[in-house]
Amino acid sequence: MGRQLVRGWAALVYAFLYAPILVVVIYAFNGGRQVLNWEGFSTKWFGEALADPTITEPLKNSLMIGVGNALVACLLGTALALALPRLRPWMRVPVDGLVYMTLVTPEIVFGISALIFFVQVGIPLGLTTILIAHVVFNASVVALIVRARVVGMGESLEEASYDLGAGPLSTFRQVTLPRLAPAILAGGLLAFTFSFDDFITSFFVSGAGTTTLPLRIFSSLRFGISPIVNATAVMILVLTLAAIVIAYLVLRRTAAQAGRRSAAGLPGV
Amino acid sequence: MGGPRYPGWLALPALAWYLTFFVGPLSIMAVFSFSKREGFSDIVYDFNLQNYEDLADALYVNVFTRTLGLAAFGTVATLIVGFPLAYYLARWAKHKTLLLLLVVVPFWTSILIRTYAWLIIFDPDFPVIGGLDLLYTTKAIYVGVVYTYLPLMILPLYAALERLDWSLVEAAEDLGDSPLRAFRRITLPLAAPGIVAGSLLVFIPLMGEYLNPVILGGDKTIFVGNLIGQQFLLSRDWPFGSAIAMVLIALMTVVVFFYSRAANRQEAYGG
Repeated sequence: MGRQLVRGWAALVYAFLYAPILVVVIYAFNGGRQVLNWEGFSTKWFGEALADPTITEPLKNSLMIGVGNALVACLLGTALALALPRLRPWMRVPVDGLVYMTLVTPEIVFGISALIFFVQVGIPLGLTTILIAHVVFNASVVALIVRARVVGMGESLEEASYDLGAGPLSTFRQVTLPRLAPAILAGGLLAFTFSFDDFITSFFVSGAGTTTLPLRIFSSLRFGISPIVNATAVMILVLTLAAIVIAYLVLRRTAAQAGRRSAAGLPGV
Repeated sequence: MGGPRYPGWLALPALAWYLTFFVGPLSIMAVFSFSKREGFSDIVYDFNLQNYEDLADALYVNVFTRTLGLAAFGTVATLIVGFPLAYYLARWAKHKTLLLLLVVVPFWTSILIRTYAWLIIFDPDFPVIGGLDLLYTTKAIYVGVVYTYLPLMILPLYAALERLDWSLVEAAEDLGDSPLRAFRRITLPLAAPGIVAGSLLVFIPLMGEYLNPVILGGDKTIFVGNLIGQQFLLSRDWPFGSAIAMVLIALMTVVVFFYSRAANRQEAYGG
């Protein structure tokens, strides 16, 4: 009896999690001018959204920041993940703490402090400042994901490579990178979605002239709900969802492979 | 353990980035909180506590109390709503990975869009729920908050329950414990680390909550996050805004410290 009850509750919670998202998706296909006044199925608002420069321009900005942020975050995060396990504790513990701090500090606090910083130092607000700020927490996201893989991977293959005369650079390229690639890719995809969806940080460090897609949606919310925002929201959902599912599949496949290899008697590889 | 041998200086680029663009800004903000505004937006650096003294005003104390209330409500509500789901996933669910992914997806979905969704649902023209007249009320904020933070509670709960050895629970029940008693004596203490982690993951960001009050509450009820935002967007009193942010950080640190200590003690007794 208890089991059925818990199960029913779980089903309700899933409905609670997905019903609102479903509502956005359904009404995005309403042909009418009013979101809630159904006038038949239509994809016209997607066309309208993609033809509206006040949406495509922010979309372009968001994509550029998202991709640039993911690349820089992957570079910094991967390098950090490789170095961290080897640092002495007096060095590793504070750096570790810093990584977690960037993730748990309330975004509004980080957002305003970044704004103060950029204004005081004299870096003009815009795409660059958004990118710089996004990299701060996304480098940590990548570092945590890649590091989980680094720690589980052992050192024997790299040691063999060093013994055979390869330097750190070619060892990295030929031995470590191929094994880390899935984790880096997954981290990069998550960093992209984090940046692409970010509102608070961008809100404070964007300055007057620069708009990202979430900022554009937010400013139109003042005038209530609108079909064009629905269509835009659905496009963001699809893009984000694709990135998450790919990241998830990549991570799961490598986890499964790692499991198989260890099971085959090669511990830690 | 350990992983491959790579030079420690590889940590430097990221470290430099953190120090320049994270520690740096937070430090400047700390200095700002002790300075004062002159005229419209000029800053005068003379070390003074004026901003902090201003914060003692009942008006601002109220905002902090209200925010603590919101954070506490959000934590308890997500725990009540999320625990049975995590329990079901960990103990009985068949397609665990898929069902877990279904919890993760909303977590990674744009918070802005998820909040926007409720704007549609609370719209007076929306079937049934629209008639409840919830739009731009504190109730709407509370619903939005539970919705936004639920996945953050479920994931650590699941992680803790997943490691639980269910034969212990069955043994207790076989030996005469009622299901409720077995739950209290075995499941709950073993799930404690997940409850602690989930509570912190929900409580901390909620203390700085910004979006739900603005979008679903119509910016009528002010929480600490909104108060900070106002100083930077409307009144342009950056030193005062910085002081509020500093108090927020201090408050969070205290709460996290005492909560994890209390939770540890609880765990020691329970285990």
